[in-house]
Amino acid sequence: MIARSSRRRLLAILLITVAIGAGPAFATDVPVNATAWWVWPVALFFVCFALGIVAVPAGVGGGVLFVPIVSGFFPFHLDFVRGAGLLVALASSLAAGPSLLRSGLADLRLALPLALAASIGSVAGALIGLALPAQIMQVALGVAIMGIVALMLFSGRSEFPTPTGSGRWPSLRVGGVFHDPARGVDVTWGVHRFPAGIVAFAINGLLGGMFGVGAGWANVPALNLLMGAPLKVAVGTSSIVLSVASSSAIWTYVNAGAVLPIIAAPAVMGMMLGAKIGARLLAVIKGSIIRRLVITLLLFAGLRSLLKGFGIWN
Amino acid sequence: MSRIPVDQLRYATMLGWGTGLGVGIMAGGFAAYVFGLLPAFIPVEKMPSLWTLPAREYLDRTGTGTGWYWIRHLANGEFASLLGIAVLAASSIACLGALVPEYVRRRDFAYAVICLISIAVVLLAASGALTSLH
Repeated sequence: MIARSSRRRLLAILLITVAIGAGPAFATDVPVNATAWWVWPVALFFVCFALGIVAVPAGVGGGVLFVPIVSGFFPFHLDFVRGAGLLVALASSLAAGPSLLRSGLADLRLALPLALAASIGSVAGALIGLALPAQIMQVALGVAIMGIVALMLFSGRSEFPTPTGSGRWPSLRVGGVFHDPARGVDVTWGVHRFPAGIVAFAINGLLGGMFGVGAGWANVPALNLLMGAPLKVAVGTSSIVLSVASSSAIWTYVNAGAVLPIIAAPAVMGMMLGAKIGARLLAVIKGSIIRRLVITLLLFAGLRSLLKGFGIWN
Repeated sequence: MSRIPVDQLRYATMLGWGTGLGVGIMAGGFAAYVFGLLPAFIPVEKMPSLWTLPAREYLDRTGTGTGWYWIRHLANGEFASLLGIAVLAASSIACLGALVPEYVRRRDFAYAVICLISIAVVLLAASGALTSLH
């Protein structure tokens, strides 16, 4: 009974928030400059608050929702949206990082070599993204979002994979024991295919930096399915990798003048507050329902991005 | 029961400090900017005609410089907020730097080198050298 009323209350908050925030964004017949300046940051705050609520239970980072939705429905140029998207991804990973590390759900020895590869990739991606014309980036973003949707729909997950002996890189001594609070047991784990993992993280970093979407959506499958890390360790470690990789890419955007505090600050604050509610929602609503909602949102935003890029729906 | 290594706990502590400090400065600077408590380099009322432009055109139109130009204008609200963003983006440097002495003490040189190279990558990106070449 309590769970049902909490669920109703939280869904009501979500719907009201989206309605308030999305109002000006959908009013496409109103000239942008006719709207008071403060409407957009306020709308952005509410939309990011809503995105923060769904991002946690859906198991995706905020950046992957932020960039396609905000670039599709807000008047901001894609350069500034990508800069803010990376900051959203960074702030989310920084906020979660300390508790994940202290609980052992993130592993620093696993994260550091992968973060180095992702960091180099993300700087290269940011430079490429800032050099390409916005229209090409908009189409590429649409294609990338459709790819992410496909990955979310079709990639499997393995709670406790069993790594084989190949590519362990024993000198790095990666692996150990983590305490699984859900089952109340200690789980011994390791990883394999380290060289392939390094390449995968460099590519993930490149895409994350280029589109400003972070790369948790690709990091978790790479850690879990490619390298054989347990799912919970993969989710936690991905967050630490993001915290290093996104910071390198953000500097590139800051130095290019592509981070506007009037966009980035309300986005980060909205997303962080929403994520706190999202963590509560996790306990009362099925993750699969939110996941379906997120996939629908991404499909819509990806399509909008493609149409905008092709000049069909501006 | 699993034990959390010292380096991991140290990294977590530094990360927590960096995040709190960065978000606090960013939020404070932003509030000062939009409520007019600090002067604005570009008045907020003008932003709707500027945020639709590509970054390069925005810089040309507003006379804003690239790289570390903003650090000389911290008295302006938007750049005070940008300082918080810079603290967030720099927190990984402090976290990684705190690990190096621990890894050297343990003779874990592979990880000491990984940390140093990671710091170099973030510093290179932060220096603005790549963006200016671009």
